[in-house]
Formats: sequence, C-alpha cells, structure tokens
Amino acid sequence: MTVFKTLIKSLAATAGVAMISGCDWVVMSPSGDIAAQQADLIIWATVLMLIIVVPVIALTLLFAWRYRASNKKATYQPDWDHSTHLELVIWAAPLAIIIALGAMTWVSTHQLDPYRPLDRVDEGKPVPAGVEPLIVEVVAMDWKWLFFYPEYDVAAVNELAAPLDRPIKFKITATTMMNSFFIPALAGQIYAMGGMETQLHAVINEEGVYDGFSANYSGAGFNGMRFKFHGKTDEGFAQWLDTVKSQGTELSRTAYKELEKPSQYDPVRYFNTVMPGLYDAILNRCVDPGTLCMKDMMGGHSGHQDHSQHEADHHAH
Amino acid sequence: MSHPTATAATKNGDLEFFVRGDHHAPNGTLLGFWLYLMSDCLIFAALFATYGVLSQSFAGGPTGADLFDLPLVAINTAFLLLSSITYGFALLQMQQNKLQGTLLWLALTGVLGTAFLSVELYEFYHLIHQGAGPQRSAFLTAFFALVGTHGLHVTIGVIWLVTLLLQLSKHGLTLTNRRRVFCLSMFWHFLDVIWIGVFTFVYLMGSMS
Amino acid sequence: MSDTFDLGKMIFGRLSLEAIPYHDPIIVATFAMVAIGGVALLVAVTRAKLWGYLWTEWFTSIDHKRIGVMYMILGIVMMLRGFADAIMMRIQQAIAFGDSMGYLPPDHYDQIFTAHGVIMIFFVAMPFVVGIMNYIVPLQIGARDVAFPFLNNFSFWMTASGAILVMMSLFVGEFAKSGWLAYPPLTGILQSPGVGVDYYIWALQIAGVGTLLSGVNFVVTIVKMRAPGMSMMKMPVFTWTALCTNVLIVAAFPVLTAVLAMLSMDRYLDTNFFTNDLGGNAMMYVNLIWIWGHPEVYILILPLFGVFSEIVATYSGKRLFGYSSMVYATVVITILSYLVWLHHFFTMGSGATVNSFFGITTMIISIPTGAKVFNWLFTMYRGRIKFDVPMLWTVGFMVTFVIGGMTGVLLAVPSADFVLHNSLFLIAHFHNVIIGGVVFGVFAAIAYWYPKVTGYKLDPFWGKMTFWFWIIGFYLAFMPLYVLGLMGVTRRMSHFDDPSLQIWFQIALVGAVLVGIGIICFLLQFYFSYRKRDQLRDETGDPWDGRTLEWSTTSPPPQYNFAFTPRVHDNDAWWQMKANGVKRPQDGFLPIHMPKNTAAGMVIAGISTVLGFTLIWHMWLPAALSLVALILATIVHTFNYDRDYHIPADEVARIETQASEVKA
Repeated sequence: MTVFKTLIKSLAATAGVAMISGCDWVVMSPSGDIAAQQADLIIWATVLMLIIVVPVIALTLLFAWRYRASNKKATYQPDWDHSTHLELVIWAAPLAIIIALGAMTWVSTHQLDPYRPLDRVDEGKPVPAGVEPLIVEVVAMDWKWLFFYPEYDVAAVNELAAPLDRPIKFKITATTMMNSFFIPALAGQIYAMGGMETQLHAVINEEGVYDGFSANYSGAGFNGMRFKFHGKTDEGFAQWLDTVKSQGTELSRTAYKELEKPSQYDPVRYFNTVMPGLYDAILNRCVDPGTLCMKDMMGGHSGHQDHSQHEADHHAH
Repeated sequence: MSHPTATAATKNGDLEFFVRGDHHAPNGTLLGFWLYLMSDCLIFAALFATYGVLSQSFAGGPTGADLFDLPLVAINTAFLLLSSITYGFALLQMQQNKLQGTLLWLALTGVLGTAFLSVELYEFYHLIHQGAGPQRSAFLTAFFALVGTHGLHVTIGVIWLVTLLLQLSKHGLTLTNRRRVFCLSMFWHFLDVIWIGVFTFVYLMGSMS
Repeated sequence: MSDTFDLGKMIFGRLSLEAIPYHDPIIVATFAMVAIGGVALLVAVTRAKLWGYLWTEWFTSIDHKRIGVMYMILGIVMMLRGFADAIMMRIQQAIAFGDSMGYLPPDHYDQIFTAHGVIMIFFVAMPFVVGIMNYIVPLQIGARDVAFPFLNNFSFWMTASGAILVMMSLFVGEFAKSGWLAYPPLTGILQSPGVGVDYYIWALQIAGVGTLLSGVNFVVTIVKMRAPGMSMMKMPVFTWTALCTNVLIVAAFPVLTAVLAMLSMDRYLDTNFFTNDLGGNAMMYVNLIWIWGHPEVYILILPLFGVFSEIVATYSGKRLFGYSSMVYATVVITILSYLVWLHHFFTMGSGATVNSFFGITTMIISIPTGAKVFNWLFTMYRGRIKFDVPMLWTVGFMVTFVIGGMTGVLLAVPSADFVLHNSLFLIAHFHNVIIGGVVFGVFAAIAYWYPKVTGYKLDPFWGKMTFWFWIIGFYLAFMPLYVLGLMGVTRRMSHFDDPSLQIWFQIALVGAVLVGIGIICFLLQFYFSYRKRDQLRDETGDPWDGRTLEWSTTSPPPQYNFAFTPRVHDNDAWWQMKANGVKRPQDGFLPIHMPKNTAAGMVIAGISTVLGFTLIWHMWLPAALSLVALILATIVHTFNYDRDYHIPADEVARIETQASEVKA
C-alpha cells in the first residue's frame, strides 16, 4: 500500500511540474501562420461550444442533486412530459450555435484550404509583390521522406528547411503506402498517396527546428518516419543549401532505386544533382525505364498508345 | 395492486389490457426477404459505384468498346428477361393450385437461368483467354466483380430453384412452399432489374465510349 | 500455387508448424493461460454433467432471451481480450522512450492495436448492443419471440464464429498489422503478404453476415410483431432506437461486405481495385469503408441512447420528457449518419467546398443529439431521482458524453481537423464517446435489466465500485491523450523520442489500471450477487417500478414471455396498467405456439468457421469441401418443415400459477 502511495505522490509531483514547465503544446502555439490560424480556430470553436456544454453539465449535476429522492422539498411532477416553449429552446439553442459554427467552418475551410496559395505570410503581412513560393516536392517512401527542391536542383532525405516568411508550396506524393505529411508547428497535415499528388501551402515565421512526421500509420517502419524541419533566415537557408550541395551525392535513377528499398530510421542524406523529371516519374509510377507513365495511360487500346509500350508495362508488373 | 402515483393521465377503468383470445402476429417472411433484397441492392450499389469510379482506368489495356460482344450480351439479356416471364407463369399456375404447371414453368425458368450462366461463363473464358482478365486493369477488375457478382447470384438462384422443385414435388403447394416460391420470385426479378442496370451502364455505355 | 500439383499444399496451404508463434514468450504465456482456463472450464462442465443442458437449453435455443444472454457473455469474454490489448499498449507507450524500446516490437504492437480496435467494435460493442436488443425488444413490444427465431440463433453463432477466428489468429499465425479499418495499399498482398489481413477479412465477413441477418430480423420484429394498440408513436424509446439501429445495420453492413470482398479479390486474385498500379484507387476503399463505418458508430450508440431514456424515466419516477422530439431526433440522426462519412478523411485533399459540406452536416447531427441530452435533463427536472447503479451510469454518461461530443464537433471543423486528425486527440475523442456512451450504457443496461434476466438484482456495492473505478479511470486514461494530441503526438506509435511526453502516458497508464480494477469489480459483482441472490431476490418482476412491458411479466420471463398478449394504450404501457390496478389473468389459458430448438444454426456457422480458416491459410482442398458442405447443410436445413410446436394450456397454467405462488 505504501509503495502505491509513493508512486501516486511522485506521479502527482511530476505531473504538476510537467504542466507548468512543459507548455510545449505545439498545436496551440505553433510557429507558422497557417497553423496559428488553425489554433485560433480551435479556441474559438471550443469557446462557442462551451456556451452550451457548460450549462448542460452544470444543470445535470444540479438537477441530479436537487431532485434526489431524499429531497422531499423539491417539486415532483410525475406526468409533466411536455412543454412547447422548452422544446423550442432545446432545439433552437444548439441550432444557433451550429449556425455560428457552420458559418465559421465555411469561411475558415476556404480560407485555410491547403490547396489555396497564400495571400499573407503573417498577420498583417501580405505576400510581397514578386515573391514566388518555394516549391518543395515531397515523397513519402518506405519509411523515410524525400524532399526535392526543383528550384535549386537538390534533394534531401529526412531533412527539410525553408526560409522565414516565404510561402512554401508542397507537392506531395508517395511510393507505396498512404502516409500523412505533418509538421504541427507549420501547418495542418495532408495525405501522401501513391500515384496521386496533394498540395499544401504554408509559411514559417520563426527560426527554429521543428518536428515533422507521418501522421498516418504506414506499417513496420512508421515509428521512424520522422524528420526535422528547419525554419531559417535567408542567410541560414543559403548556408543550408551550400551544405547540401557540398556534402550531397548524385540522385540518379540507380541511386533512387537503391533508396526506394524499404528501410527504417534512415539518417539524413543530401543530393546535389537530381535526375531530371524524377519527381514526376515517381508520381506517375514510371521510374523504371520502359514503364508507361500513368498520365499517358488513361486511354485504352482505342486510344493512341503505342502497342509495344504497354506490353512493356505489362511485363514490368 | 394500486399504484402510489397513479394519476388522471394514465388511469382509465374501461380499457382492456390483455388479448384473452389466441394471438398471432402476422408473418413477416416476405417483408424480411424484401429487406434482405434491399441490403443486397446496396452491395450492387457499391459495386456499381466502384465500376463508375474505375470504368475509365484502362491502364493502357483494352476498353469496353474493344471487348464487349453486344449481340452475345443481348441474347443473354433475352434469356434472363424470358426467365422472369416464365417465373411469372409459374406464379399464375401456383395461384390456380396447379402443382404440375408450377413445376414445369419453374423448371423452364431454371433452364433459361442456366443458359444465361453458360453464356456468361463463355464470355468470361473468352475475355480471360485474350488477356483481358480481371488482373489486367482496374476497369476489368470492376467489370468482372460487378458482372461476376450478378452471375453468382443467378447461380445461387438456380441452386435454390432446384431445391424448391424437390420440395414442391415432395410437399406440394403448402403455405410454407408458396411463401418460398414468392421469395424466390422476388429474388429472381430483383436479379433481372440489376441485370438491366448492368446491361445499360456496363455494356451499352461501355461499348459507346 | 506451383505448376506441379502438390497435394500437401492443396490440403495445408501455407499452414505449417512455423505458424505457431512459440518463440514469443508473451504469446506462449497467454496461450498457456487460455489453455489451462479452457481445460478447467471443459472439465468443470463435464464434471457437472452440463453438456446436455448447455446443448439443449442454450446452444441450440432459439429463445431470444437465451440468445441475448449468450451475446452478452460473448461480449464480456471478448472485452477481457480487448482490454488486455489495451493495457499492453498503455504499458508499452508508458515505457518506450528514448533508448528503451519497451517490451513490444513494432511487429507485435501493430497487431495489438489492430486487434484492440477490431475486437472492441465488432466483438464487444456489437454483441453487447445486439444482445441487449435481443433480450429486451420482444419483451418491450409484447411479443413472444423475434420474427425469425432460427435466424437469430444463426446470427449469434456467426458472430461467435468471427470472434473465434480473431482469437485463433493469436495462436496460429498472426493478426493484421493495419489498423482497425485495414486501409490499402498497406493491406494489399504486396505490402501485407501474411495471413493477418486474411484473418481480419474473414472474421469480419462471417460476423457481418450474422449482424446483417439480425438487423433484418429486428426490423421485421418491430414492424410486424408489436402488441395490439402499440402504434409507432407508442413504442418505448428503446425500441425506437433499436429500430433505427437495425435499419442502419441493414443499410450499412452490405457496404462493408462489398468493400471487404473487393479487398479480398485484390489479395486472392491479384485484381486492381485498390492497388497503386494498373488504375487501382485506394481512396475508393477509404470512402466505402467509412460509408459503412460512420453509420456503424451510430449503430452502436443509438440503442444506448434508448437505454438511457428508459433508465432516466424510471429512476426519476416520471414520464420521459419530450417523447416525440426524442423519436424525431433519433430518426434525424439515423438519416444524417449517412451524410457525414467524409469527415474521417478531410486530409485527403477533397477541396474546401466538399470538406465544409461534410463538416457542416456533421455538426448538424449535434443538434438532435443536443436535444436528446436536454430531454434527459428535463426528465430529471421535477422528478424523484433514485440513485441506483443504472442512474449513476446515466449521470456519468451525460457529463462525459457532452465533452466527447464537443471534441467531436471540433474535429468536424476541417481546418481544425487538419492539425488534430490521426493524433491522440482523435483517440481521446472517440474513446470519450464510445466509453462514455456505449460502454457506460451497456453497464447501465446490465444493472437495469439483470433482475429481469435472473430474478435477483446485482449487488449495488460492487456496481458502485465498478462505476467509480471506471469513471475515474476513464478520465485519467483519456484526458492526457487530449493533451498529447495538442502536443502534436500521433497515434499508433510504439516508441517516442521526446521524454517530456512520458508523464502523460504514465498518467494514462494509471487510468487504464483503474479501469482494469473496474472490470474486475464488474466480474466480482456477478459472483457476489449470485452468492447473495436470496437477499437480492425480486419476486414482483418489477423491481424498479418500471414503465414498459418487460416489467409486466415475471422475472425471469417464461419462454413464451406473456401468457396473454398485452393490449397497449399508452407510451408507458406497464405504468398505465399499474395505475389501473391491472393484474395478470390467472385463468383461461390457451395453448401457445412456439418455435422449436435447432442445431442448424450452430452447424452452419461452424462450417463457416472452417471455411474461413481454410481460406485464410490457402488450404484450397478443404476450403472447397467446406464450401460444398456449407451449401449442402443450408439446403438440408430447408428440408426441415417441422419447426414449431404448441405448449399445452395446462402447462402454461402450471407455469403461471407457479409464478403467482412465488409472489404470494
């Protein structure tokens, strides 16, 4: 029994410490503008709902206490089972909250649509004229992340960096499993699926190193599908690119085929030259020479395909 | 037993509270079978939806226009539609309490159903033989699944029909057997309706594209 | 299959001694425990010469009450397994930090979280819900049995058959490592070549047949077999919710059957429904499975809403407030539950308009649900509330469920879902509604109707212990998960790097242990109540001063439920009968027409189990044989025309007099 008590005591003590010191609720205090707006939305929606939830809980406990059988002073009306006024309130009150929340949902869903290019980089800071988003092509692999920077002809495994206050446009796909690309400090997640491309627009506002990971279970190596996301100043980002270029190797088709093999807890790797069109080939599932790309095979026989080409495709599988 | 909180709202001295005679709830078999058919209908709905999504995913393989042999399918459709009519005649015979006639028309229905199945099997064999099996593309997967599921239902229908023929010859047109004939008739017509959907959405529209 | 004909392979498929995981000490220990327990049980039953009794009175019984009890036992047994999985996960997550990898490798952990989800939904919650409906619905509508008594027995055995397959996967082979909904491409044959996913598929397909048939059965029962005078708007609320749930079953389970059939085609025949290549589309699977999956959660919760409605009225000694708005709310929820499935994958990139549509329809469901909560609240208002155990669960539910409802609506806001989806916040949310709603409801229902089933009440001391351990344990176990979700922690992880998270997982573990004690109290309750059954005995048949027809007959009810079918004039039919001083008639008994017991259901379900097992292991020859056997057994059953009999009038008279004498 005493062991149990000490355990409880130590737990309570550590819990208190953790709550005070460890306010790293990244979802509620993120470092990117999109995630910050999503955090605000959570707070507003919660407040709106508490308007009805708090009274319900309070009334439940109050009625349970007041009308307990031993309290003979309370009124007892065994046949009272209907009141039009009350029923109106019962349906109207949640309805009113949901109308407000619904409007909020409609606006915020369009505003924060991951496919929508950003129009601001932070509160009160519109995207400066002439600034193009940084394009990052993301491939979820078994079980690591591959990031292409087409603008700089570099790529990296399990490490991502971006300059502060510049919009980022992620184009996301996967090799086999469905994963979810998620950096809580930056923005909400979106699925990564084979043969398909999803998009995410976001921006990072504070310098720092943040966690990124797959939020959708994808099999044996899922635990290790994590990477660090670096928010860097322009100089810092340039330095990072230099490092990638100087330490990187070539990402050729052969190197990619090697990388594609399932592996876990892969270390960070850099590539300084990337086979042209590799991301596109991954997306269209035609990295192997002779495979017909998905975007070219929508039609069938009656289309205008070269017959030998889909023969090759047939053999590849 | 007088109740402590009996109130005006619930008290009424003139009411009967029990059925003192023999009480029989109505038989629910036909309703139950209809509900089952509706649930089966949803299986087909899922298969149709899947086919709708995948019907253009030829993956470089053959399309419906390349594969479908419409005259053959039309003959098959005729077999199935005719079998629904012959089933109707079987029901008419049953209503006139004619066991032999019922058996005869039911047997004819079974023959037509078997003919339908044979043609379908031939069609499948032919498709697979020319390399257009269900593995070739998502379109063919969805095609085989939808048409095959319908075919599987017809197969079950034929097995049921044979069983019912035996039971009818053994026990005659009893109440139970009549109910079974009605249930199978619902099943059979249901498969007809599904087939009309298959014929229209899969074969006709597939041949046109 | 190889090119040459290999008889051994045709018979044994991929099954070999290698399939038995004897190298894993955890599984071996579990197996030893199960084996010892099982043998002890078999010996005990044999010693007590109970096999004949069990066979004739239970296994082959088509009495809805017996079948209901068997469903509840199945649910309790499977709950122990599901909870064992839960506590194993909690321990792993509480210790696997930094250098410590915990005691479960990912390979094992992934099977555990999949099994936990599958078991808790399909083989705990579903049997509980179907079991309660089985026992109570015919009694509440004044019927003598369900519409298709044989089918009812068959449904039970099919559910049990699915449960058996899941349990077998523990000791022969492996279970799926895919999560409880088995999304492809992960579950495709390329990524999951083992038997795990096949166990998943066939367990669910076989149990699904049972569930679907039981859905058809109850819709027909409620539509056709209500006592004279019981119009739809005089049906007890529990029966209403049962009707809606069964309509949902009939309308949702076929989609599950179809989508699992497609997945199995991909796995067995190399087709391309959900593959990445050759035009397959995995997003379609996700859509289809949730078209079933979302109604499924309402299938689970609606009947418990009904249970709470019955309980709150009974223990408040009042008519249910807002009966008709309760009914309309139930119907609206039933319909809306079909229009919200996409909220389970806002993050798939459907576009803002589609996402907001599904987000808003989801929120709309909270309006009728909110109305229900208010109705329960105003039923308590100006009542005389007796805090027996069922009422404790009800108040616990009302407080807990609104919190879960609130986090649910939060998740329905797509932009918020983008940061909360797949996180532990989501896990906390659905445990909050499923434990706070379904589990609390089941425990409330058990405490409420137990005296009807056995003739004596459950010991309230152990009931209260169960309640307090569960509710405190629940909050301790799941509130930390909300916090962890807001810290960006995702689900299905078996190892963590960040040490600052550990404390939350440790708190959650303490909560899970408390819940475990709650489960032990729950089991002890049956033992102690049985020992004190003479003190707890209820001879009136109406221990709680109930309102609906199930309380008008004896406890336990005779096999025919009612010697004379009641006539109904009011929502609270029994309450009105009591107000009018009505007594059960003592004479003029007539013979009663009843269905006969049959072993057919058990036989056909047994063959289905064998068929499932042989298909899982690619044992083609035995599979073909069992398929033929299955068809033959079904046909043979249809040749049985001798399915009912009459209980003679003097036998009815004897049973009824005996019941009255006990009372006197």
